[in-house]
Order: sequence, then structure tokens, then C-alpha cells
Amino acid sequence: MESFIIQILNGLDKGSAYALIALGLTLIFGTLGVVNFAHGALFMIGAFCAVTLGRLLTLSHEVLDPSRTDFLGNPAMVKVPYIYDIFGPELGATIIDWTVPLSILFAIPVMILVGVVMERGLIRHFYKRPHADQILVTFGLAIVLQEIIKAFYGANPIPTPAPQAFTGSFDFGVLLGFDPFTVIYPYWRLIYFVFSVVIIAAVFAFLQFTTFGMVVRAGMADRETVGLLGINIDRRFTLMFGLAAAVAGLAGAMYTPINSPNYHMGMDFLVLSFVVVVVGGMGSLPGAVLAGFLLGILQSFASMSAVIETIPGINQVVIYLVAIIILLTRPRGLMGRKGVMED
Amino acid sequence: MSKSNFTRRGLLKTSAMAGAALAMPTYLRAAAHSGFTNAPGESTVTLGFNVPQTGAYADEGADELRAYQLAVEHLNGEGDGGMLNTFTSKVLDGTGILGRKVEYVTGDTQTNSDAARASARSMIEKDGAIMITGGSSSGVAIAVQGLCQDAGVIFMAGLTHSNDTTGKDKRANGFRHFFNTEMSGRALAPILEANYGSDRKAYHLTADYTWGWSQENSMKTYTEDLGWETVNTVLTPVGAGDFSSYIAPVAQSGADVLILNHYGGDMVNSLTQAVQFGLRNLEANGKNFEIVVPLFSRLMARGAGDSIKGIFGSTNWHWSLQDEASQAFVRSFGTKYGFPPSQAAHTCYVQTLLYADAVTRGGSFNPCAVAEALEGFEFDGMGNGPTLYRAEDHQCFKDVLVVKGKENPTSEFDLLEIVEITPRDVVTYPVDHPDFQGGSLGSCNPGA
Repeated sequence: MESFIIQILNGLDKGSAYALIALGLTLIFGTLGVVNFAHGALFMIGAFCAVTLGRLLTLSHEVLDPSRTDFLGNPAMVKVPYIYDIFGPELGATIIDWTVPLSILFAIPVMILVGVVMERGLIRHFYKRPHADQILVTFGLAIVLQEIIKAFYGANPIPTPAPQAFTGSFDFGVLLGFDPFTVIYPYWRLIYFVFSVVIIAAVFAFLQFTTFGMVVRAGMADRETVGLLGINIDRRFTLMFGLAAAVAGLAGAMYTPINSPNYHMGMDFLVLSFVVVVVGGMGSLPGAVLAGFLLGILQSFASMSAVIETIPGINQVVIYLVAIIILLTRPRGLMGRKGVMED
Repeated sequence: MSKSNFTRRGLLKTSAMAGAALAMPTYLRAAAHSGFTNAPGESTVTLGFNVPQTGAYADEGADELRAYQLAVEHLNGEGDGGMLNTFTSKVLDGTGILGRKVEYVTGDTQTNSDAARASARSMIEKDGAIMITGGSSSGVAIAVQGLCQDAGVIFMAGLTHSNDTTGKDKRANGFRHFFNTEMSGRALAPILEANYGSDRKAYHLTADYTWGWSQENSMKTYTEDLGWETVNTVLTPVGAGDFSSYIAPVAQSGADVLILNHYGGDMVNSLTQAVQFGLRNLEANGKNFEIVVPLFSRLMARGAGDSIKGIFGSTNWHWSLQDEASQAFVRSFGTKYGFPPSQAAHTCYVQTLLYADAVTRGGSFNPCAVAEALEGFEFDGMGNGPTLYRAEDHQCFKDVLVVKGKENPTSEFDLLEIVEITPRDVVTYPVDHPDFQGGSLGSCNPGA
């Protein structure tokens, strides 16, 4: 029972990242009709927003410390962050400790800007081109983006810890009446799940309850008619691309304490997220979220040692097996519109 | 008036022959053909540095390349000479190798066996490299070693830790200075017993490829010899990223030690996540839960941040060693690049000097002469204490370092502390050790 609960928690946690990335992918596909293979790179850039903010906050000047020596035996130069000079060592250290949550504020404008520039600068030229062209150009863009990140930050993972207050684990076992330490789960992963639910709810609320969202939804249903009404739907769709980039970026920034970010992390999520979109139904926002969490849980259960011992390798293929089954039996996905991908 | 013999047919014939000659790999051309592949000319000799310049191990590859460039400088008489000053063999005098200036070409392994073979082949066939060295993965090392054997050039392995490199996949043209998983197991076991006792239950998470299997097998063997019980061994896909599904069940498995047979990004992620899951704060079977990382790399450990504190592992070399040779190398490298070298940089630097030394002692670039000079070669002054290149398997035997993640690092480089220098005798295993069987060196191939 304890294992079961832990794998559910794991699945929700994995599913959070899948759902957030798939949500952005679906927004872009639904509004602009573009299959964006650079979306994983946006997740990665979001993670590096946290890394960048961390580096900005720890920008330092060097002070000679004659009591210590460096690796060559010379008197050591000790780095003192400027933020200590401005706010004092105590508050300065607290701000640095809270880099990841603070990076949310940093990532939102950066990611919207990245998204808008990406859409205006490159992707809009491919709206009327076949999906194969879109896939090639966005995949190429993803490779360029990750190589740029690698050139600046190197290839090794960069530690980006959660605030000290959230580094421990929560003992679910005690809460549920089990023995202590039987069901423990890291605080940050729980926060990540709650964060993703809030972001998903905010995106849905934005689309459902604002005039902007209403126009976008109308445009997704019938772009031509909305245009004929004199509404500049292109501008709104560009902003939706920015919003989708921000969602992916926030997902990446908050993910950094879970996996130390590296330039390749976007690719690791990209293919899985596309499978999530296909399973959920191309163009269906609720479908993307539902499939994200379902496939996350499924993958977690498939990674249990008892399951792997029974069917070796199942953990690596289970999501693709589900995708095959869905494509064969229900090509429009779990919640896709009738007719989509059923031609 | 002279009569020209220039005919259309003659021109075509000559062009065809010239074209065929130019298209032919360098080592097959008559001018360079002196009984072995890529015999160098009178003035220069070309070495091929095959390192990961892209991909997940690119930072490690960059450090290897820095070390190679430093080695080339020292061989050519530039810089402060580094470990040439401490090396017990004194035949290298800073005039290149056998009077030829050392030049080099580089290839990108991408930490991919096919890409690594292609880049090594290109350096041999197009650039005339007489020796290939480098790499940061056992899969790559084994693949390139096989290619070098077939091409008739010497392969001086870089960072490769699987037993198989000098075990079932050993080759007469291949040589490894780096240690292996068997040595890690032998070095770590006594330290684990001293710190954690002999009544422990271990759970292994293992990277699913040649090095991971080799590491798990060695750790299993030596911890079980201590009296530890192996509760479970789970293979994890390389580059899994999120290991939560594999780590979460550990707490309820009955184990009180988690052994992470992971390297690189996998090690960073699995260790960080194991700590996040509170395993280090657990009490299991009445004991503190412990984590062990059998192969530590300082470059990689940096990615794990505070998670490595207090974790035991092993390493081939560390810049904080105080012997004269290590300090000479750290001084050379640190002065040139501004930070201390990694273990990967050290092994690559040493391999280059050892190759140059063997050529000089053997008096020839012929791979068979080089191999003969390296086989059974005893040396010191390279940072690992007295070292033997064993003739039977082309594996170096030397001291192994057991290290621990430092609790209070004084700098960004000061991540590991040396807790034990395990003597060479303890880590030396017999030639007929069962884990190293299944292949043979074969005979040296001079190529051409």
C-alpha cells in the first residue's frame, strides 16, 4: 500500500511537468496550428532563468583573505556577493537562498519576450507550410538554443537548490496512519505539484473568464470569422505563444531543484510531452493536462522494481505503447475533437 | 624544338592515378609507408586527441583537451615541463618525440561509440595520427580501442572505468592508465566496513550499460565479502533524469545503504534526489541510512552541490595530493588555466607522456615497439606513486584514492577530501580474475 501511494505521488509529480509542457504545446498548436518542437527548449531556458538569476544574485567582488590559500598556495581571494553589501549578509544570504522561487518573477517577462521573438522572428514564416517543415525548423531551433545555452553555461548539470526551508521531506506515512518513514516525499516535489495545478488553473481561468481569452478561444474555433469581425487575431495569437513559452519556462524554473539543469533537459521532456499531447487529443487543453497526469502515474508504476522484473524494460516503453494503442483505437486522443487526426 | 609527349590518353591516365593516390588514406600512401601505419616524417609527429567536445561529457572532454595541450607543450619544451620534471624515466628532453615536434588533431567522440569511431578513423586516415587517446566513457573506449587495433595504431585510453576495457575487450594496441571498477571495490570495501560495519543491507541503482554492470558487480562482490546483504539491484536507463520512481521504494526495501552505480549527470541527479527523499536522515535496521557513490568525479560532483557531503567514493587522482608530481602538474595546469585539473585531465596528460616515453625508449613509432616498451613498465613521479603497466592486460596498477564529499569546502574546487590512499598491492588482482576473462590481447598490429 505504501509503495502504491508513493508511486501515485511520483506520478503526479512527473505528470506536473508533462502537463505544463503539454499545455503550452497544445496552446500553440490550437491557436497557430504549429507543431513546436522547440517547446522543450523553452522549458530548458526557463530552468536557466533560475540559474541566471542565481548567478546575478551571487555576483561578487573579491576580497583578499590572507588567512587562507588557493589551490596554488597563493593567498586566497574570497568572493563576497554584492547583495551582501546592499542588504547585509543575513538578508543577502536569504535572498540567494530563495533564488528559485524568485526566479518565477524573472522568468515570466523573459520567457514571454523569448516566445514573442521566436514567433515573430521565425515561426510565423512557417504558418502556411506543411507540418513537416514546421517540425524541422522548430527542431533545428531547439538544437541551436541548447547549443547557445551550452556555450554559456557548459555541459555539466548546475546545482540550483530549493530554499533551505523546503529541502526536507514530508512524512505522509504518519499522516495516513502508517509507520513513520514509510511514505516520505520531498517538500519541493509537493510544492511543484501544487504550483503546476495553480498555473494550469490560471491558464484555464484566463482563457475562460477574460475577454482576451474569449477572443482567443473564438479564434481557435474559427480564425477566419474572428478576423472578419475586425479583431487582430494574429496579435493575440502571438501573445498566446508568449504565454505558452512562459508556462513552459515557469515549469522549467521550478523544476531546477528536482533535476540540476543542463542544456539537454528540454529534449528529455520534449518527446514525452508530444506523446502526452497526442494521447490527450491534439488541440485539447483539458486533454493535455489529463494525459500528462495519467501518463506520469503510469510511468511511475511501470518503474517499480516488481513490474520491471516481470516485464523488463517496460518502464522505458510504456508511454509509447499507450500512444500506439490510442492512435490505433482512438486517433483523436482522450479528449480530442471529433475528426482531428481521424482523416 | 622539343616534342611534347603529352597525349590525351596519357593525361587521363596520369590524372586517374594521381586522383587515386590522393583519395587513398595517408597511411596507405607509399611515402608514409614504413612498415607501420602513419609513420611520421622527419620533422613532426601527429597525435589524435579524441574527446567528447559535445554532449553530456563536454566539460570533461574540454578538461582532457586542456591536459593534452599542456602535455604537447611540455613535450615540445615549452612551459615549465610539468611532470616531465618528476617522471622517473628521464628520456624525454623537451625536444618533441624522437626529435620530431609534436602536433595534434582533435576529434569529437560525442560520447557515442559510432561518432567516436568515425572521428578516430578520420584522424588516422586523413590526418595521419599515429596514436589515438582520450574519451570519457567505457563504451566509447572499447569501441575506439577495437578500431585502433584494426588500424594498427596505439590507443591510450582516457577516462574509462569498466573492467571490460582491460578485461574481455582488451586489445594488444590498447593501454589504460585509469583504474577500474574492480579496484574501486577493493579500495572502498575496507573503508565502508570501518565506517558502516559488516552488517548492512545494500540496495543498488545501476546505470544500464557496460560500466554500470561492471561497477555493480564489483561493489556487490566486495560488500558481500564484508558480510553485507544485497537486498536489490535495479537497472536504470542512462540519462533517466528523474530517478524518483527508483529511489522512492528504497526506504521500504529493508536496505540501510544505497549504492549509486551512476556517473556523470545520472550521478548528480540520482544522488541529489536520494538526498531530497530524505534517505540520509532515515534510520533503517537501527542504523543511519548511508549512500555510497563508487566512482566520484570532481567535475560532476560540483553538480550535486551539498548532496555529496559525507558520501564515500573512489577516484583515480585528486588535485589536493601533496606529492611532488601531483603538485607539479597542478601548478602547470592551474597557472595556465586558472583552476585545478580533474582526474580525467590527469590521466590524459599522463597517458600522453607515457606514450612519448615509450616511443623514445623503444626508439621507434612502430606500435609494436611502443607496446613492448609499455608492457611491464614500472615508473613513478606521475602522481599515483609507483605504477606498473602490466604486460598481460595493459592495465596500470597503482594506488587508488578513497574520497569523501567534504563537509566544509573552502573553495568551489575543494569538494572531496582524501580519506585513504589504498596501496597498489591491495587493488592488484590476478591476471586470471574471473571478471576479466572472455577475451585476449591478441598480438600487436603495426598496420600498414
